[in-house]
Amino acid sequence: MKNGKAIKNTLAHLRKGEKAIIDSFTDVEVSLKLLEMGCLPGEMIQVKNIAPLGDPIAITVAGYTLGLRKSEASAVIIRRTR
Amino acid sequence: MEQDTRLKVALIGNPNCGKSTLFNVLTGLNQSTANFPGATVDKKTGSAKINSTSVEFIDLPGAYSLNAKSPDEKIAVEILQDKNNSDYPDLTIYVADASNLKRSLFLATQIIDSKIPMLIALNMMDVVDKRGMEINFEMLSEKLGVKIIPISAREERGIEELKQALFSDTKIPKEIFSEQQLAGKNDSQQTIERYRLITEIISDCLKFKSKPEEDIFSSRTDKILTHKIWGYAIFLFILFLIFESIFVIASYPMQWIESSFTFSSQWGAAHLPKGEFSDLLMNGVLAGLSGIVVFIPQIALLFFFISILEDTGYMARVSFIMDRAMRKFGLNGRSVIPLLSGVACAVPAIMGTRTISNWKERLITIMVTPLMSCSARLPVYTLLIALVVPAKKVFGFFNMQGIMLMLLYLIGFFAAIGSAFAMKYFIKSKERSFFIMELPPYRSPRWKNIGLAIIDRVKVFLFDAGKVIIAISIILWALASHAPADSFQKIEKKYTDYSYRGDYSDAEINNKIASEKLETSYAGILGKFIEPVIKPLGFDWKVGIALVTSFAAREVFVGTMATIYSVGDANNSHSIREKMRAEKNPDTLKPKYSFAVGLSLMLFYAFAMQCMSTLAVVYRETKKLKWPVIQFFYMGALAYLASFVVYNFFK
Repeated sequence: MKNGKAIKNTLAHLRKGEKAIIDSFTDVEVSLKLLEMGCLPGEMIQVKNIAPLGDPIAITVAGYTLGLRKSEASAVIIRRTR
Repeated sequence: MEQDTRLKVALIGNPNCGKSTLFNVLTGLNQSTANFPGATVDKKTGSAKINSTSVEFIDLPGAYSLNAKSPDEKIAVEILQDKNNSDYPDLTIYVADASNLKRSLFLATQIIDSKIPMLIALNMMDVVDKRGMEINFEMLSEKLGVKIIPISAREERGIEELKQALFSDTKIPKEIFSEQQLAGKNDSQQTIERYRLITEIISDCLKFKSKPEEDIFSSRTDKILTHKIWGYAIFLFILFLIFESIFVIASYPMQWIESSFTFSSQWGAAHLPKGEFSDLLMNGVLAGLSGIVVFIPQIALLFFFISILEDTGYMARVSFIMDRAMRKFGLNGRSVIPLLSGVACAVPAIMGTRTISNWKERLITIMVTPLMSCSARLPVYTLLIALVVPAKKVFGFFNMQGIMLMLLYLIGFFAAIGSAFAMKYFIKSKERSFFIMELPPYRSPRWKNIGLAIIDRVKVFLFDAGKVIIAISIILWALASHAPADSFQKIEKKYTDYSYRGDYSDAEINNKIASEKLETSYAGILGKFIEPVIKPLGFDWKVGIALVTSFAAREVFVGTMATIYSVGDANNSHSIREKMRAEKNPDTLKPKYSFAVGLSLMLFYAFAMQCMSTLAVVYRETKKLKWPVIQFFYMGALAYLASFVVYNFFK
């Protein structure tokens, strides 16, 4: 997990069942929508489900389940946790 | 506006917070749906008498935030931030989902800051109890500066307390963030600030008596319903069940409705004085009315099923598993259900597009849904297939006629998808396409909500679309029952002459008269007028009349052909078929309804926009004349082109 792999640290790269902490966002419009839905920096998220065609994905955040597209998820920079 | 309204109360909250359930509990059947002024968004209002005061409740569209950008959410924002708006409430009930407290309170704090008298109805207390959560209401209420009433709209708990609180406990809350505090911060920063404060407040007021359990039922159900094979298989099976029941169950009430209309018109023919007015009443208004009322069972059933799918949380999963595929065609995961509902009837299907929040995607869905072969095309297909497709079996057991029918449905589906793909490039939108959607936990359906939703949809169809259908029916009646000068009298006079009567029975003579009258009527003239245009497709003026009358509704085709071919009973399609089969082309002396003509006609009906009800609903949903007009012409062009190509290919 050195700098070289930093680009892979977005929500879109998480596998099913993986947990992570939201770090920051790369897209203003997407970030506002997600922030309003409770996806805040520092919040713990988990990939709960991935749609059969690989997109969209479903995550649990702040106690509920949120569906979002991979393109939207790739605007979310995350920190992986153990 | 109303004199007796003393108190105007707005309900606001996140989607899925139970707001509609609460609204239904508070107002029952005393609700009506209109549009917010200048918008396509539904405005649901309802009234109740509480402590001898009339209270008008306005159910604002669900929103997650006041920075909202979608048309639904914008309405809520505009009303709450504009004191001069006619819908500006005297007070608001903020409906918060107690089981999802943090996110619920975000919009609450924004509304607190807009300085409207408010109280919070903390809903879903039943879920909170089950999850072992404990909320300190007094402390939460104190910290937010707003009265909080714990309720469960589903179990109708706390409703009386809520009603009483409207009169005693509402005051303008003290703002949580002052304008100075937020000045210079962008929306994102403000959002983070708000959430930081909310987290702080909640940490004091919310305790978990036991460890929060995961919703195991929802997780397990999701495993099956979004499975890569079972997910789609189950979805297809549910669709199959819905369409089957729409065809099978709805056919009974539809028959009752039709027979009661037949009875009424027979009664009218026997008892009303003969004359222009009675004729208008019977063949114009009553016929038009029956054309509307007969669809009600299908609409009610379709909305019954759609509401159940929606209410249980399944619809969100369907959107979830279909989004990727639909996106390629300029559609959204949420377009799937309206599109497939179009197989029953485009009218309720188009009304069902409201769940799509992106305007472009919703518009495309509205524009292409009528290409799905609806139930009104079925009688037309059945007649024509029987006429031109031999009832032979291929590979031993596939009936060719059945295959043809299935092909027509598939052609409709691919035309819809293809048109959507093309429109993706023509319809401009600044709005970005999002699929950020809550997947609510699975719940058992709330029957009261479903019942009220059905009543609401039927009312909208009956009154809004109904007006247009009646008007068009009257125009068509006028065209078909009037002729220039005295041509009708001439026909009648001709048949009083015995040399014309030959061996025909009275009924046959009447049919001949009706048929000749139609030919000379304005509708007939219109048919002859458009004949040169439709000749390249293999159609003559008789088909022309049927095309014209079919613009009210496609199934009229069979009835019109029956009249034109002077066949007594309109329902006796066998004899229409025989008559049409016997018809020879005057030039070639071959059967006029060849495979080429039949196929051309079927494709025309598959593609052309021949449904006044749908056009009326499209106008109502898009609020612009432009869209139904474009729809009419693009579908017409598609129909013309397809018919032209197949006719000339098979000729």
